[in-house]
Amino acid sequence: MLKQLGLAATLALSLVLPGHAATLKWGASHDIFSLDPYSYGDSFTLAFLNHVYEGLVRYDANLKIEPALATSWETVSDTVWRFHLRKGVKFHNGADFNADDVLASLKRVSDPVSPLRGNLPAYKSSTKVDDYTVDIELTGPYPLLLNDLTNIHIFDATWLKDNDSEKPTDVGAKIEGYATYHTNGTGPFMLESRVPDSKTVLVKNPNWWDKSQSNIDRIEFTPIVSAATRVSALLSGEVNFTDNAPSQDLPRLSAQPGLKVMERTDLRTIMIGFNRKPKLDNGDDNKFNDLRVRQAFAHALDHKLIQQRIMRGKSRTAGEIVAPEIPGYSADLDTPLSYDPDLSKKLLAEAGATDMPFTMVCTTDAYVNEEELCQGIVNMLSRAGFKPQLDIAPVALQAPKRTGGKADVYLIGWATEPMLDAYSILVQMIETRSANAGVFNWGGWSYPDIDKLIVAASTEMDRTKRLALETKALGMVKDQIIMLPLHQQPMAWVMSDKIDKIAQLPDNKVRSWLTHISE
Amino acid sequence: MLVFIVRRLINSVFVMLAVAMLAFLIFQMAGDPVEMMANEQTSQADRAAMRERLGLNDSLPTQYVRFVANAARGDFGISYRNGQDVLHLIGQRFPATFELVMVATLISLVAGIPLGVLTAIQRGRWYAEGLQFVSIVGVSLPSFVVGILLILVFSVILGWLPAFGRGDVVKIGWWSTGLLTPSGRQALILPAVSLSLYQITLIMRLVRAEMLEVLRSDYVKFARARGITRARIYFRHALRNCLMPVVTMTAMNVGALIAFAIITETVFQWPGMGMLFIQAVTFIDIPVMAAYLCIISFMFVVLNMLVDIAYAVIDPRLRAA
Repeated sequence: MLKQLGLAATLALSLVLPGHAATLKWGASHDIFSLDPYSYGDSFTLAFLNHVYEGLVRYDANLKIEPALATSWETVSDTVWRFHLRKGVKFHNGADFNADDVLASLKRVSDPVSPLRGNLPAYKSSTKVDDYTVDIELTGPYPLLLNDLTNIHIFDATWLKDNDSEKPTDVGAKIEGYATYHTNGTGPFMLESRVPDSKTVLVKNPNWWDKSQSNIDRIEFTPIVSAATRVSALLSGEVNFTDNAPSQDLPRLSAQPGLKVMERTDLRTIMIGFNRKPKLDNGDDNKFNDLRVRQAFAHALDHKLIQQRIMRGKSRTAGEIVAPEIPGYSADLDTPLSYDPDLSKKLLAEAGATDMPFTMVCTTDAYVNEEELCQGIVNMLSRAGFKPQLDIAPVALQAPKRTGGKADVYLIGWATEPMLDAYSILVQMIETRSANAGVFNWGGWSYPDIDKLIVAASTEMDRTKRLALETKALGMVKDQIIMLPLHQQPMAWVMSDKIDKIAQLPDNKVRSWLTHISE
Repeated sequence: MLVFIVRRLINSVFVMLAVAMLAFLIFQMAGDPVEMMANEQTSQADRAAMRERLGLNDSLPTQYVRFVANAARGDFGISYRNGQDVLHLIGQRFPATFELVMVATLISLVAGIPLGVLTAIQRGRWYAEGLQFVSIVGVSLPSFVVGILLILVFSVILGWLPAFGRGDVVKIGWWSTGLLTPSGRQALILPAVSLSLYQITLIMRLVRAEMLEVLRSDYVKFARARGITRARIYFRHALRNCLMPVVTMTAMNVGALIAFAIITETVFQWPGMGMLFIQAVTFIDIPVMAAYLCIISFMFVVLNMLVDIAYAVIDPRLRAA
């Protein structure tokens, strides 16, 4: 009797305990570029590799920074940060994690040929205080170090040394890197196998230091480039999850029994930029330098129509160039200028810019529904007295036109990855172009007043003051219509309805250690 | 004979150099690889340094000469997109494409020849004309539509075959084969059928035209007069005389299919060379594109040379040319 009771209790317990083996069959829209997290810093690749590798800190389910491989930190001086490392963490090969690993990783990522060094802009050097304490010295006071460190994954120093990978893989040197094919991280999943463009298999790391909220013990990651095939694979059950479902197939997918669709808007804000050089690409005087012409442009856009027709009601109309989740955002700035084509015509006439021909440069493979979007915008502009011409092609072809200042008007999206702070767009897109700022200032504008605010924010250690500076700069961007925001674009995940817990954050990154599959 | 071969070899070298030159001219218009490689955080200074390290600031002739010198030593560099050795990358993808193309060719011969014979000997019957009509559809349907239709029917509705991928593969040396595992064979069916559809119609129409020609000839009439069975006449005497052009065309098409099975591979996520190439194009992965084009042109040059030599062996009149 007692024995039977015991058996029953065990049975009941095993039903309650989340110990079931489950496989996530993940069909993605493209493959990761490399297993080496210090390759191109593509957000998708980094997010995938975060299953295997971890940083000193990470974002939690609310995109707030929380401890990961570091348990705590403090600033020793304006330019020196001290990190206390987690004890008892083991790499997948069994090696202990300690300060040497952090030093070796930081050295590798900040190497002059490292493609990822831009992700750690203020880094100067690091020193070991003891086995579990590291000091990081910066080139100056810099408030966003923690944000940057979320995406700097930590390698094992001995493993790097043994495999001759202490320096990053340099495409220019034409030599393959060991870390391109092999991994050794501390993360919740371990690499089992990888065949590029076919399949990458991860298995659960039973010795992960953190308590996993997931019962997934195997991830089969398969890139399926063709969207129609990806949808078919979901319908036939060959994959049970995708983080990129084409929007036109969502009604069909949500009607399918056994599947569920999860939609929300992304952090990525789609916006329009203007060439601000004295001449347009066709040699005419550039009237976009007149604020009234940019205002006319803004009043020509019917945001309601764009949201409902072109984006099928899935986007979030934006009046500001950062999404609400991004620090620095202010709701006061988040209203677009009214739709008023007659006002546009009036403003254009005042500026003497009626019928000014110009080219709008758009891409075909970067953003959601961008072809329809650009076509729609061109039609709206024509109705409001502009004379736009659409130039639409893949990113590879358009990139040189945009960076070379040959695009009179262009579309660009910005998610503030990887720092998730308004400073990202201010320094990279709004600030005057120089060696270390304004890479995406394709129009070539310069606003010294705004630059001063951005520089001040870059060294302001008080968060409230810093965000106030950033918000002020964003307000000036809005007043001057340097960039004209359109919307935050939608994202759609489709999965088997057996997945009963999943974290879908607006950064559109899959975190399988937070995913639970029933049965 | 030796002089002939040497002359052909020298010709081939010039063809290869011209292909490489054309490729480099195209790369200048394809875009800027650094813009594809750099992420949001890469500074202007780092971008400039990367461009310099990759040698993209050098003049076109300098880049071209450097590429040819390296390629002659078998060094094609590493991929901009995924940091892998280019030759290794192409070697990895070749077996997938080769198996796909071979099976597709086999299917097209096995299906195309009997259908061609049937439509020829049953000319005028409703089903023969029907097949003729269907074959027009086969030629004119774009291959991605065929692929998606096959996936819809056999994967989504019937659930018999996988929609994508290559299944499990077995490694034999550097070669990977999907033919030895059940899942590998299953995965091969849909892409191979989709790729062979166009070929089937082509072979069927070719065989039909040749058969009609041969069936009018005197020896067929004579054989018939001798009372030889129809099956024997059609398949033993007539068909044999039709096969020469079929074999030539099939052999030529194998090369083209290996080089350009791009759409089928993309639809079925088949990890072959076509997919590698299309991804290299969208990423402006110059080392992969350059190596791919050179290897493909090398393949065609060798095939053509072999054909030329074979012709010269068969026909002494061609040797002087």
